[in-house]
Amino acid sequence: MPVRIVVPVKAVPDLVEEIELTPDETDIDREFLKFVLNEWDAQALEEALLVKDATGAEVVVVGLHEDPDIDQALYTAIAKGADSAVKISGGEGSTRTSDRAAVFAGYLSAEPADLVLTGVQAADDLDGQLPPMLAAHLGLPHVSVVVGVQANGNAVTIRQEFAGGRSHELEVSLPAVVGVQAARQAPRYAPISRIRQAMQAGGLREVDASPGTTGPSLTVRRMYRPEAAGHAEMLTGNADEVAAKIADLLRGRGLMKG
Amino acid sequence: MVSGNIMVLAEHTGKQVSEGSYELLGKARELAAALGCQAEVALFGPRDLAAQLGGADVVVSVDHPALSEYLPEAYEQALMAVLADRNPRLILMSNATVGLDLGAALSVRWQAPLAAYVTSLTAEPAAVVATAQILGGKVLAEVELGGERGIATVVGGAFPAAAGQGDGSCAVVEFAAPAGLEALRMSLQQVLEPQEGDVDITAADVLVSVGRGIDGRDNLEVVQELADALGVPLSASRPVVDAGWLPKSRQVGKSGLKVKPKAYLMFGISGAPEHLEGMRSAELIIACNTDAGAPIFDVAHYGTTVDLFDLIPALAERVKH
Ligand SMILES: Cc1cc2nc3c(=O)[nH]c(=O)nc-3n(C[C@H](O)[C@H](O)[C@H](O)COP(=O)(O)OP(=O)(O)OC[C@H]3O[C@@H](n4cnc5c(N)ncnc54)[C@H](O)[C@@H]3O)c2cc1C
Repeated sequence: MPVRIVVPVKAVPDLVEEIELTPDETDIDREFLKFVLNEWDAQALEEALLVKDATGAEVVVVGLHEDPDIDQALYTAIAKGADSAVKISGGEGSTRTSDRAAVFAGYLSAEPADLVLTGVQAADDLDGQLPPMLAAHLGLPHVSVVVGVQANGNAVTIRQEFAGGRSHELEVSLPAVVGVQAARQAPRYAPISRIRQAMQAGGLREVDASPGTTGPSLTVRRMYRPEAAGHAEMLTGNADEVAAKIADLLRGRGLMKG
Repeated sequence: MVSGNIMVLAEHTGKQVSEGSYELLGKARELAAALGCQAEVALFGPRDLAAQLGGADVVVSVDHPALSEYLPEAYEQALMAVLADRNPRLILMSNATVGLDLGAALSVRWQAPLAAYVTSLTAEPAAVVATAQILGGKVLAEVELGGERGIATVVGGAFPAAAGQGDGSCAVVEFAAPAGLEALRMSLQQVLEPQEGDVDITAADVLVSVGRGIDGRDNLEVVQELADALGVPLSASRPVVDAGWLPKSRQVGKSGLKVKPKAYLMFGISGAPEHLEGMRSAELIIACNTDAGAPIFDVAHYGTTVDLFDLIPALAERVKH
């Protein structure tokens, strides 16, 4: 039987956008934001597809029904080579990791995976990261900040990264949960035509998961943007004028010849 | 027994307690003093490292071969056993690999709320209040760790290490290794040291650093030209390295190298907390980013929103002539 890899994904606000807060300032206002696939989930999907390429593993991508633009993300994953995609309902649209982990755990209890690969973190995580929470719910071993996953029978060999570029090679027996930092290669590209094809074919499977018990969560007092106290002095003008100012700054410190 | 102390999970190389652990211990001491409790350290692996933890009131030591190097499952087992016994009111961990592995798992297993990406912690009578960085540093969240127990994973460099270093002696509690360490589902195969790079970016006076804004390997040529004109090396943010456009030895940040050049010129880097960890103490930081709201402008000394593809050639010209 091929290894069944499940890749839970999340849609997160595009950080290039201006982020607004809700009127009570305890959350960000998601209403007008653009959402993109969490970049570390994209890395996890790529690593899953590399394992599939090497060993014929089955790759199932799963998202939560309430996530904005989740269909697009799931069809894109199919266009990239995932075998199937599942949309889970049963959560209440919470963006808290503790709530999401309970929903994904509910799904994975019903349809177990040999290997869960998901992003090491998401930009809007506040109360923790998905991989360890999910593993704790499921009672599985887990490792995060992983670059490179090699499947061999009932185990995976993975590389866990530390500061300064040190890393550990670990062997982990399956089933297990791995938090991916980076795939061995840049995420592959799915042509629009193939994404359209996947959309036309439909085939997102909808599953109702009964969430496990949610862990304790935090009380948010307020959210705010970092004070501009230490804001950079902005250099204005066209490219040439700004270049001249930067050159002066360097020259003034003796960091430029001439 | 409710001890209600502030605990720190120590990290070390086997010989040396990490700088980050002293940062946490300094904060733990401050919180403990405010709350009228003790600062204790969970130390896994070689027990003699307790000698380096004079800043703590108590060191709880679990020494076992499976804990000599960091191994997620072994550490989690040991920590669960220690937490069940010591019952601290708050445990502090690094928001790096160890904390990213263990913090969220403990939140479920030990049933305690977790604040991640924490940059500040203060004690109030009813709660410890944490400030967390989210959305790549664009938003800060002030959260309460009320209740009887809590977990915080703290960003490196958030607190001074000096406050956690002390020559005092501390009580060492020897704690028996949990039985689970004999039946782990993972094992360490080898420790891989970083590859030597062609250049040492930590030794450069000036760095030209590029991020994802460069948008493709081919575009690196223009930046290289600027670096060559200045006679300095290129460095990069993580995505540029992950994409394979530059070698790992050029990566600045939490999982790369810490640099402190006289000038750090950055193009198309947003200023995510993990990048800032590696360069925020540079003497002069000049950032080019088309997004006026990019977090890097809160850290840089000078900034510009001119497009990097216009600015870099113009600057290269200035430098050459
Ligand atoms: C455990 C862990 C460890 C990590 N370690 C590191 C690390 O060591 N180093 C590191 O850097 N990251 C690290 N990261 C990743 C980090 O979280 C960020 O994802 C990363 O720093 C973002 O890189 P960036 O700024 O280049 O890309 P982005 O955040 O995508 O920013 C690109 C920027 O370029 C700007 N831009 C786009 N086009 C132009 C243009 N034409 N002209 C000017 N500006 C433009 C955009 O406005 C944007 O702000 C780590 C993450 C994790 C989870």
